[in-house]
Amino acid sequence: MAGLAVSTTINGDSVEYLCQPDETLLDVLRDRLGLTGAKEGCGTGDCGACSIILDGRLVCSCLVLGAEAEGRRVETIEGMADGDVLHPLQQKFIEHAALQCGICTPGFLIAAKDLLARNPDPTEEEIRFGLAGNLCRCTGYDKIVRAVQDAASVMRAA
Amino acid sequence: MRYLRPLSMEDAIGMITNSAGTVAVLAGGSDLLVRMKGGFVEPDLIVDIKAIEGLSEIRETAEGFSIGAAVPCAVLGEHAALRKAWPGVVEAANLIGSKQVQGRCTIAGNLCNASPAADSVPALVAAGAKALVAGPKGNRTVPVEAIPTGPGKTSLAKGEIVREILLEKRPPRAGDAYLRFIPRTEMDIAVVSAGVNLTLDAKGAVTSARVALGAVAPTVVLVEEAAGILVGSRLDDATLEKLAKACSDACRPIDDKRGTIAFRRKVAGVLARRAAAAAYARAGGK
Repeated sequence: MAGLAVSTTINGDSVEYLCQPDETLLDVLRDRLGLTGAKEGCGTGDCGACSIILDGRLVCSCLVLGAEAEGRRVETIEGMADGDVLHPLQQKFIEHAALQCGICTPGFLIAAKDLLARNPDPTEEEIRFGLAGNLCRCTGYDKIVRAVQDAASVMRAA
Repeated sequence: MRYLRPLSMEDAIGMITNSAGTVAVLAGGSDLLVRMKGGFVEPDLIVDIKAIEGLSEIRETAEGFSIGAAVPCAVLGEHAALRKAWPGVVEAANLIGSKQVQGRCTIAGNLCNASPAADSVPALVAAGAKALVAGPKGNRTVPVEAIPTGPGKTSLAKGEIVREILLEKRPPRAGDAYLRFIPRTEMDIAVVSAGVNLTLDAKGAVTSARVALGAVAPTVVLVEEAAGILVGSRLDDATLEKLAKACSDACRPIDDKRGTIAFRRKVAGVLARRAAAAAYARAGGK
């Protein structure tokens, strides 16, 4: 089957692809476009490992069809660093050792970026609530919260 | 399977009525895609309604608010006027899932998914919300409680699509609230829930009331007796006690791992009374 032709924008670049009607955007990103930063944890919208930003909204790409991206704007973890310069959130996740296996990390970074874009100075409770759609099974959440707090203060000073 | 994204409601209805197989309407997809993945539904055709004009908007009209079927719940929470007029409806809508799910899920989808535990539905029923349904024979407007008929089942005929959820304009001294019980603090499915909507007179006495319970029967329960108990009162303890009993008695819950029948009955009364107190305070009652 040829599939559906989709034209979209991913991390600022125009992208065209063919996909099957029941194929998720997560599968398109990973298997057709080689953007393997977004991970499939649960595939049912519970774990947040596949988080992306779609037209300015944080969503799980496992709950979006590839066909739905037509004419829309997709932001993934691959667009977060500016060339070799890491985003402050990425830098602080490293400094605070806010990851172990790393599977959940791209989703946490995207969700944290969305959180700070809406609320540059969140309380600890707001961070924990805002990131509650992202599950981590090894680091635990304290180091992640500290990294986000630190990155937020760096970004506010910039 | 085919995927279609019509630009008009007429086209959407035509696509559905002309299709011989199973059709699924796609708004936010936070239920549909999970059910497809689990193999619970295998549609031959998906009709994505998000590109239909007007369905992604909240409009404030002379009659109140019209919420398009494709408006994500996150947008409800960001709409200051809606939040001010219908705080109970908005807090219920914003309890559905994580931030990621909020960016996709819709109240029209929550209604049409017809889960007995849907969070926004008891709040909408308490609010007296209506559903504007488009179909092959034209539009019809029905109370939202007429849509779900049982777990996963609706009264919608083939080709019918809920296009808008309608909320009335608020009189002064009105307030609503929604509460649910879940075993953890966030992001779970209601074991019991209650929505209450009240209007008061200048002296703080209740002039109209609607109380709805979720997750305690195959569909949302509008507790008609509750209005009679609350109207005329100022929510004194004896009234709240009667309200709690009426709500417990109105439950027809199941026994499952998430809650026993006795527990659900008891908690329904407790939540109804707490939600009534919250709605009363929001309406300016003291």
